Amino acid sequence: MLAYVIPLCLTLLGLALLLATARLVKGPSLPDRALALDTLYINAITLIILYGIWKGSELFFEVALLIAVLGFVSTVAVAKYMLRGDIIE
Amino acid sequence: MSRLLPHPAQSLLLLLTWLLLVDSIAFGQWLLGGVLAVIIPLACNRLLIEHPHGWKPLKMARFLGMVVVDILIANFQVARLTLGPVKKLRPAFIEVPIDLDNELAISVLVSVVSLTPGSLAADLSLDRRTLLVHGLDVPDPQAMIDELKLRYEAPLKEIFPCSPM
Amino acid sequence: MSLWLEILISALLLLGSGFVLIGSLGLYRLPDFFTRLHGPTKATTLGVGAMVVGSLIFFSAGEKGLSLHELLISLFLFISAPVSAYMLAKAAVLQELPLEPKTRGKPWEQ
Repeated sequence: MLAYVIPLCLTLLGLALLLATARLVKGPSLPDRALALDTLYINAITLIILYGIWKGSELFFEVALLIAVLGFVSTVAVAKYMLRGDIIE
Repeated sequence: MSRLLPHPAQSLLLLLTWLLLVDSIAFGQWLLGGVLAVIIPLACNRLLIEHPHGWKPLKMARFLGMVVVDILIANFQVARLTLGPVKKLRPAFIEVPIDLDNELAISVLVSVVSLTPGSLAADLSLDRRTLLVHGLDVPDPQAMIDELKLRYEAPLKEIFPCSPM
Repeated sequence: MSLWLEILISALLLLGSGFVLIGSLGLYRLPDFFTRLHGPTKATTLGVGAMVVGSLIFFSAGEKGLSLHELLISLFLFISAPVSAYMLAKAAVLQELPLEPKTRGKPWEQ
């Protein structure tokens, strides 16, 4: 049963990635694009977890955790740049 | 004791995080995690904010449980709003007066407001007395202010009893 | 793996990807920045949560036994998502982004 469910979930997540990418391209403002990137990295985490289940490998956990940490830091850095015009004061 | 472990809660959290990260409860990992849990809070002692005294972990756990249930239930409502017609949404900015005087309590309140669907903390005034909240679909702003204050602020006030500024 | 376990995992995975899709759909179709912010910060966080629990059950049912480390991802996201949403909202307030005309109330002057 999982053999059918996982491709279906992959399709749903692919659609989600496409929608987020459409918002990234469309903008219209800088915070909108930052938010789209934020959504993209969270979607990528789910995709990687799902791929890990598909392959039955726990190695992907570290990848997902690293993306979560780096994605958060980069979103905050971009937001801080928009707030202050500077990242490290 | 207090010099070696200035922040016992953080140390415990670090130990648990380490054990989860290595996914093992072997003796060596407990030892290594314990060493890290002592060293890291000591190394960044100056960066950590003053921990409020006399907070109640049990009530905190119950509060967090309630929040998780709220998140689960209310997410379905937001899903319905998102899928429904955009024209029917009634977004609003509301200003919620807060009387928490503890930094940690305020940041927990902001996180909880942002995580519970339908509301999003957008800004905190400079004197930390007013929180600007954006609601996705607000029929009655005053009712929403009352609900936020009653449901989330009142328990937090009990968990972090008034602390010196 | 028993059938019931497989059904449970499948339901969690479907729920997770459904919520992630709804969050991204909200990001795409809602009218202004602040309403868009609602989709990704919540639906997506819950979507990742459901996915993580599904993965947790899947690997715990395997030969290695109980493994809880996936919870870290979810825990981290639950802590970090409000912070990044707050920062982005603050940036948007500062830039005075256009609001949906029906919005009542407005952000205060900085």
